[in-house]
Amino acid sequence: MAEVPVRKKLMIVEEIYHEGGPAPTHPLRRSAALAVIHNPFAGRYVEDIAGFMEDLKPLGLEMAESLIAALGGNRKTVEGFGKGAIVGSAGELEHGALWHVPGGYAMRQLLGDAKAIVASTKKVGGPGTRLDVPITHINASYVRSHFDAMEVGIGDAPCAGEIVLALVMTTGPRVHARVGGLKASEIKGEDGLR
Amino acid sequence: MKARIRKLATFLEETQNEMGRSVNPPSRRAAAVAVIENPCAGKYVEDLSELIAIGEELGELLTQRAVAALGISAPAAESYGKAAAVGENGEIEHAAAILHPKLGTPVRKVLGKGAALIPSSKKRGGMGVVLDIPLGHKDAAYVRSHFDGMEVRINDAPRANEIMVAIAITDSGRPLARVGGLTKDQIKGEDGLR
Repeated sequence: MAEVPVRKKLMIVEEIYHEGGPAPTHPLRRSAALAVIHNPFAGRYVEDIAGFMEDLKPLGLEMAESLIAALGGNRKTVEGFGKGAIVGSAGELEHGALWHVPGGYAMRQLLGDAKAIVASTKKVGGPGTRLDVPITHINASYVRSHFDAMEVGIGDAPCAGEIVLALVMTTGPRVHARVGGLKASEIKGEDGLR
Repeated sequence: MKARIRKLATFLEETQNEMGRSVNPPSRRAAAVAVIENPCAGKYVEDLSELIAIGEELGELLTQRAVAALGISAPAAESYGKAAAVGENGEIEHAAAILHPKLGTPVRKVLGKGAALIPSSKKRGGMGVVLDIPLGHKDAAYVRSHFDGMEVRINDAPRANEIMVAIAITDSGRPLARVGGLTKDQIKGEDGLR
């Protein structure tokens, strides 16, 4: 497994007390871990890229661990997650897709075999590109209170030959969630959906 | 707490590599940002002492948060900076009231030192406005390796009646600094300049 060179990391932690309504007992916490890596396939078409997913696994685990630590260190407090990638201009969108497996499975593994698929988004863009990383409940994708998104980005990344990888975790529902739907307390936990 | 805080965010950046050269130890900087209600929004208020008091308490809170994000002992901090963005129903003078009269003293108290002026920037803007926090060495403003800036932004702040207040702290200067000038081991530390 080849080592993946990281140029820069960014950790963002948000603590949301209210959004104009009644403040919950515990503020909602959301965190994002970003890593800027060298894109080994930049500048040309490479057919066989899938092996890079294996190389990314240790970084995925490291980022997922750092997110749990940033949210207080107890994985049981994590209720939502998401992932994303921004590929620099000398790469293609497909390079961002390499992040699905190592990013997603790292979080699901560390969160105690979380059942739901990890919502994701990706794009090709220049330095400073912003990415709205979608967030859903870790055990049941249909939990409406946990549909959320966190905007992330780095002023000087990705450069043309780089990829920004992102993982996001949250500790609860939107701060004033009140539009019904499946509740976290109603999760059956069989199929990752409900 | 006099400030009505809607949201707190921290950003921790770590540069490990620049132009293929390793940055060892990595250059690290953190920004702590508070999104608060602007008690003077929407009207002309002559006496800004309420904002001045808010600046004092945020000076302590945000410095503590930034140092905690870096995971260093407070005296190990090397450079600092501050900035504020006022939402559209406020005036630039509101940012000045928070940043200049009383915010600095608790910053220096937390860090144990800080003879140099805390570099600052301010602006008025809408949600998602980019705040470039200037950085300078905390004990000697002329240390050239530590002239820098850190970009932060929060997509949903500041709302029209809000102010976003930021403090940035580092444990080092620019990655691979090499343009000469006063170095940190030459600091006399008498006047805050050299």
